[in-house]
Order: sequence, then C-alpha cells, then structure tokens
Amino acid sequence: MKNVVAVLAFFVATPLAAQDLGAPLPADSAVESVMQDEGEDEGLTFTVSDEGAWDDLGIAIAGFASDRDVPTPANSSGTAALGKEIGRVVFADLKNNGLFKPSGPDSLPQPSFAQITAPAWPTWSSRGAEMLVHGYVQARSDGRLTVGCYLYDVTLQDELARAGWVVQPRDWRRAAHKCADLVYSRLTGENPFFDSRIAYIAETGPKENRTKRLAIMDSDGANHRFITTGRSTALTPRYSPDYSKLLYLSYVDGNPRIYVYDIGTGRQTLITENRNPTFAPRWSPDGKWILYSMAVAGDTDIYRVSSQGGPSVRLTNTPGIDIGGSYSPDGSKIVFESDRSGNQQCYVMNSDGSNQKRISFGGTRCATPEWSPRGDQIAFTNASSFNVSVMSPSGGNVRTLTNGWQDEAPTWAPNGRIIQFFRTERGSGGTSLWQVDLTGRNERKLPTPVDASDPAWGPILP
Amino acid sequence: MNTKIVIASLLCGTVALGACKPKAPDILPPDPVETSEPDTGNYQQPQGAVLGSQEHFVNAVNGQNVIYFDTDRYNIDSADAAALQTQAQYLQRYSNISITIEGHCDERGTREYNLALGERRANAAKNYLTSLGVDASRIRTVSYGKEYPIATASNEAAWAQNRRAVSVVIN
Repeated sequence: MKNVVAVLAFFVATPLAAQDLGAPLPADSAVESVMQDEGEDEGLTFTVSDEGAWDDLGIAIAGFASDRDVPTPANSSGTAALGKEIGRVVFADLKNNGLFKPSGPDSLPQPSFAQITAPAWPTWSSRGAEMLVHGYVQARSDGRLTVGCYLYDVTLQDELARAGWVVQPRDWRRAAHKCADLVYSRLTGENPFFDSRIAYIAETGPKENRTKRLAIMDSDGANHRFITTGRSTALTPRYSPDYSKLLYLSYVDGNPRIYVYDIGTGRQTLITENRNPTFAPRWSPDGKWILYSMAVAGDTDIYRVSSQGGPSVRLTNTPGIDIGGSYSPDGSKIVFESDRSGNQQCYVMNSDGSNQKRISFGGTRCATPEWSPRGDQIAFTNASSFNVSVMSPSGGNVRTLTNGWQDEAPTWAPNGRIIQFFRTERGSGGTSLWQVDLTGRNERKLPTPVDASDPAWGPILP
Repeated sequence: MNTKIVIASLLCGTVALGACKPKAPDILPPDPVETSEPDTGNYQQPQGAVLGSQEHFVNAVNGQNVIYFDTDRYNIDSADAAALQTQAQYLQRYSNISITIEGHCDERGTREYNLALGERRANAAKNYLTSLGVDASRIRTVSYGKEYPIATASNEAAWAQNRRAVSVVIN
C-alpha cells in the first residue's frame, strides 16, 4: 500500500505541461585526463604578439595512430579509422576558427603508432609544416578509449604540449575537441573553447507560422539533438554552467513562460509559480541564481530567484520594459536592457538591483547585452542598425562587428574571443547561426540541419 | 482603415482560432467595408455566424477586432479607441463572451524585447476595454512578440500590419 502511495505521489509530482518534450537525453559521462608517459615540458618557446601573425602558420594535423586496429562502438571500421576521424575533427576545429591555415589528415601521410612520440621530422619539414599535431587512440579493456594528443614545433624539432584523455566511445569527439583546445591554447595563449556545447532554437516552416524547437549541439555542430517536438513554440534557451539544465521559454500551456528543463531526468518545471508571462532567462556564472523578466499588467521587470527555487526578488522597478540581464563573470554586477529613457538602452546595476546606471549612449538602441566571460567587454545588439557590437563595461569603445540585414542575440564563446549570434534574412525570414571574432574579420556560418536562432554558448564542459 | 487592414483582421481571426498554430483562412474575406466613421456607428447586428464564434464577433465589429500601433509604441490612438469602443459594445451586449487579446510586433526588433512589447500592447487594449466597463476577468492577454507576422514582407507596409493587438473570442 505504501508503494502505491509513493507511485501516485510521483505522478502527482511530475511537472505539468511537459508534453512537448522529446526523448530524454543520455547522461553525460566524465572525460578523465591521463598523464602521458614520457617527455618533459620544455616551457614556452613562442610569444603571441598579434592574432594576425598566426594566419599563415603551417600546422599539419595528421591522422591519430592506433597501436592495433580493433573494433570500437565509436567507429564501424575500427580504431584506425577512428584515429583518422579524430584528426579530421581537430583539423576542422582549427581551420574553422579562422586563426590558422592548417592541413589535415586527408592531405597528409599517416604516421605509425611509434612515430607519435618520435615524429619523422624530415617528412614534415619538407612539407613546410611549422607545427605538427600527432595523436593516438587506444581501445582499453574496460571498453573506454584513451586518446593522446601531442603538439610539436617542427623547426625546433621539439615538443610544445601533450595531453591524454580517457573517454567513453560515444564521447570520442570530446577528446578531439580537447586536443584542438590544447593546440589553440598553447599557440595563442588564450583559454580553450572547442569542448563546449550550444543550445539554440531550430526553425522550420513558413515565416508566418514557424515551428520553433529547442535543440542542442556540440560547438562544431555535431551530436545534434532536438529537445522539444515543436508542437509548442520554444524560444531563448540558456545552458546552466554545469550543463545539467536548460532554461527556456515555452508556450506549452498557451502562455510564454520560462521553464527549467533538467537534462538528466527529462523533467521540467516552471521558474516561478505565477500567472504572469515570463521571459528572458539567464544563469548567474556560478549557477546559483536565475534571472528572469516578468510582465505584470504589461510592465516588465527583472527578477532573481535561487536555482533551487524559493521566493523571487524584484531587481528593477521602473515603468516600462526592463528585460534580460547578464552577470559580470564575478557575479557582482548585471548588465540589462531597459526602455525607461524612451527606447532600448543598456544599463549596469549591482547584483542586488542597486545603483542602476545607463552605459549606452550615442543615438542607437542597445539590446540583449551579454557580459564577456573575460569581463572586459559587453556584446550587444545594436537595435537601430541590427548589428552585433561590443563595448567596454562602462559603455566606451563601441565597435560594430557584423553587417547582416538583421543580426541579433550575441552569445560568447567560453573564452570570450568569439561571439555567436543569429542572422535573419530580409523577406524570407530565414535564420542562421553565425560566429565572428573580436576583430570582425573572421565571420562564418555554423552548419545546422534547419534554420536556427537564439544561440546560447555554454562554458567549457566539466 | 483600408482593404488591407480588413483582410488582415479576418486573417487574424482565423489565426486566433488555431491558437498558436495559425492556418490559412477557409473562406475569402468579404469586400472591404468603409470604417472611417468614428465612435459608435460601426456596430452591426451580425448575420449568419453563430454567437460565441470568432466570425460572429468579427462580423459584429466590422473587422475592428484588430488595432494597430506605431513603431515601438503601445498607446491607444483615436482609430484604436473607436475599434475598442465597438468591441466593448459587443462584449457588453454578450456578457457571456470572453476574449483573448494577442499582442504582436513587427520583425524589426529583438526577440525578447518584442515579447515584452507585445504584452504591453495587449494590456493597453485590455485597459482601454476595462475603462469602458468590460470586466477585466473576461479579458486574457498573451504576447506573441514578433513570432507570428500576419504580413510576411519586409517593408514598412507589412510591419505596420504586424504591430497589432488582435481580440479573439475564447470558445
């Protein structure tokens, strides 16, 4: 009898309005770092003075070698083919980043397993390679894979960096991204960003009746998954800093409301038990707080609630629309958008709502501000020209980075060096995800299976 | 008011019946009706349509179930006021009818701001109706932001049609 009661209680406790969710996602497994067993770090042999200097750096990325070609769930042709694939992923990461002009496994000789730690230097120097990436993949007896990654300076015939990871076969791409991160970080001095994910809204259908689904993918577009079925409109997702949850807006009960979707359990709950519409969800950098905006009788203000639930605290209290909000990396300040001056402008306040100050001036509208993870810049939508721009946290040094018909909703790469946003085409209303670096020179479209909007880039995966 | 707006109104009515899944209209709109006359002259005894249906409401208010806004604005201008007065008369005559007011925006705005702006527009219309004596409990609001344009071109004429608040009978 007790069991029956417990079961009933479970069903009662199941959150309402979860009907639009698709199949649950598999839980993430950890990626373990392992020590590589030889060599010593010789320390830094380069200093990076200018991003542009890396443009013509010849980086050769060979296929990863395997000590023996054995079957693996990660590749139907075995570990040797998987090694080649890993090399291709590293190559694509570094190529698409725009800073380098690498060559990849399909145009390079395949090193043997023994050569991974003892490169055939003449082979690579004769090809004009200045940098060399080698790696290996080994199937372990516990079913997991060990992936090793080595960066060499061909001219100096010296090792610059090495790392190894143990991953589940289905996570093999994460090891490749970690290798690309190792190379990128070692050569540029910047923090890594490839081993991360993006949540966004997948769009299909005619302009006047678009189907908008919550979807997720790796930073390179791989491992794409739809979270919602599309029966109700989903908008504006945000990954929690630990990737365990997604905040997003859904019309599943007919009204725009913010839900917390727990990726592990597949359950979702309302951010606040309230009849009013809620918009624009945001996480604090430590994941302890959630910002959301709520309209009461047409007046929208920003609220803060613990991610564990509990009462909400109202942070803004002016007539009009106060919306969005993005924490500074240390969590002490929030940049947000308000039309209290008559049109959309950006303001900064303390995280308790005190000391609200306008930071955007100059005659254009400032919307969707997002604080860089590095803290040094704020990206925003210029809502007059609809371009993505950056400025200093005090509102100075405004620079426009993009030039589409309508570009909006910037989101930062985990290292604060690249901005992703979405672009809408005039007329058709077609949408796509784009990336631009802080120079504005390297802009590229991300591959997505269908039209895409509202990108939200998560941090480096835990 | 012109032909376009009347057509837009009828499309909106059809849209609303499907909630957030708009469909193409089943019937072609009737000939345009002159609606420039102010105040109370527009209320007509509906013909044919069933009371409680969106069609009955739209016929009765001469297509004035939709009001339009200027860029970034949510104020009720004189044309909006005339339309809302006609809606109020209908709601006062049929006191069992409740409505949803859908707030919409044009595409030239950021998504989140437009969600909030649509809510503000819907509430402006609601507040005007309640000031005319319609009980607030009979009026629900919902914002669709820029997500459901009624005119799909990217020009001023289309955007003017999309900045709207649509009154829809709740079945």
